[in-house]
Amino acid sequence: MSEHEYVPKSKAGKWFNDRLPLLTLGAHLTDYPTPKNLNYWWTFGGILTFCLITQIVTGIVLAMHYVAHADLAFASVEHIMRDVNYGWLIRYIHSNGASMFFLAVYIHIFRSLFYGSYKSPREVIWIIGLMIYLLMMAAAFMGYVLPWGQMSFWGATVITNLFSAIPLVGESITTWLWGAYSVDNPTLNRFFSLHYLIPFLILGLVVLHIWALHVPGNNNPVGIDIKKPSKDTVPFHPYITIKDAFALLVFMIIFAGFVFFTPNVLGHSDNYIPANPLVTPAHIVPEWYLLPFYAILRSVPDKLGGVILMFGAIFILFVLPWLDTSKVRSAVFRPIYRQFYWIFVLDVLMLGYVGAMPAEGIYLVLARVGTIYYFAHFIIVMPVVGLIEKTDPIPMSISEPVLTGGAEPSLARKVNDKV
Amino acid sequence: MSKEEKKVNRRDFLFTASYTIGAVGVGAVIWPMIDQMNPDKAQQALATTEVDISSIEPGKSITVLWRGKPIFIKKRTAEEIAEARAVKLDDLPDPQKDEDRVKDGKDEWLVMLGVCTHLGCVPLKDKGDYNGWFCPCHGSHYDVSGRIRKGPAPTNMEIPKFEFVDSNTIKIG
Repeated sequence: MSEHEYVPKSKAGKWFNDRLPLLTLGAHLTDYPTPKNLNYWWTFGGILTFCLITQIVTGIVLAMHYVAHADLAFASVEHIMRDVNYGWLIRYIHSNGASMFFLAVYIHIFRSLFYGSYKSPREVIWIIGLMIYLLMMAAAFMGYVLPWGQMSFWGATVITNLFSAIPLVGESITTWLWGAYSVDNPTLNRFFSLHYLIPFLILGLVVLHIWALHVPGNNNPVGIDIKKPSKDTVPFHPYITIKDAFALLVFMIIFAGFVFFTPNVLGHSDNYIPANPLVTPAHIVPEWYLLPFYAILRSVPDKLGGVILMFGAIFILFVLPWLDTSKVRSAVFRPIYRQFYWIFVLDVLMLGYVGAMPAEGIYLVLARVGTIYYFAHFIIVMPVVGLIEKTDPIPMSISEPVLTGGAEPSLARKVNDKV
Repeated sequence: MSKEEKKVNRRDFLFTASYTIGAVGVGAVIWPMIDQMNPDKAQQALATTEVDISSIEPGKSITVLWRGKPIFIKKRTAEEIAEARAVKLDDLPDPQKDEDRVKDGKDEWLVMLGVCTHLGCVPLKDKGDYNGWFCPCHGSHYDVSGRIRKGPAPTNMEIPKFEFVDSNTIKIG
């Protein structure tokens, strides 16, 4: 992978490496030339790896005590909370860990959107990342069902019923997903099985995500191609590892804050009521990280239309690299796109807020405006702004703005010259 | 030349035949893996329920569980039946006569699946703008016949297969 040939120092190391070049891989990861100007928004890849490992480890431990049966699941979760040694801690890490995972992944995605990390030649990294994100949502949804509380049950009912909107085969698909004629014990059983499977699928995709990243190398805040290795790069270890470690520590402080001081603030109190198929809670809401999509679903007065738009809101991200027509990657040099970027961030936050509110009155109006703008951002703003925008001059190299104290036009090349 | 062509054709046939048999084999293995997720024998065995309805007062309703889903059984008053039948079909998103939703001669008994046809929540009784049911999840209003009047639900609440065993008992399923 890297240009130089790595030769282990010890004889045993050489013997092993000739047969399985793991040490070469280790050397590649250590020496991997990284842009020297990566800011703290670039530390979330490492943080997300930590989140995944945390969820897998705590999840395996919880599965040692949890019982996936409709009559026993709720009690077994309470058993974990009250009887199992440190069960409360492990479960709170797992449940808050899901929220922290999504917090980190949203920052990671919005970092990509700002600095144009999804653009050529990194489209495949972006698409694998979105597949990871989809699997995360599936895992989180199924995990939320496992305690078999009221929100678990009715969340599962509403989400699986989304598939009944599909013409002709919708009802059959829903029954097939349930394994019964409603959300019931078979549903819980299979959700547990899949909830255990998905993190390992994510792990595999993470390997591909990093592999695909190491082909072109990292994007960077100025978004230009750099020579590797050069004076624009630093070795991954120790420069990036120490920066990632510091960011991770700060992240863990916030994580621990939730776990120890307010472990239920991101959940819903109704989920401490055992599932009751005869009574729907008055106000059902998904977990916070799904709220913007929930708002889009509810903004459409048609069942099938709402479902299509909700899934479309995610799938439109897959074609984003081809909707963005700008030749400049980083929004730092895109004065018009930069403003639209922040409007888009506000739009998503607003959708999240109205998704948590009842679907009536002003909230419904805001949800509709927000939904239209969400799609307009990708379908209209991205292609059009890329074509008409006059971008700022971009620097020749990463060192240049650092050494000269700014991207002087005399030293910078014009965008149209060669990007 | 013609001999060679013939050889190639024979090989093509073998490839196609092999792929076809292979695809059938793969399908035969995949189908059981898919079908195992459909409702099993134990689930299907719960397909009928008998309910005693003798204690229901006019205007009142009970909810029973059938196949894991709530069934609303309502004994409607004469006024309620009249109200349901006065509605013009043009006013209904999913036009259906009240007469078609009850058994002949048992007009007071409304037996329906208590599941909102939008996303499966259980609507609340005696609520909403039409004197019937209201779904709190996404705001669908149903009338006294369980027909959708306003909101995102696409169809009326479903009428399950049921019959009167005698005047005091119904069998659902």
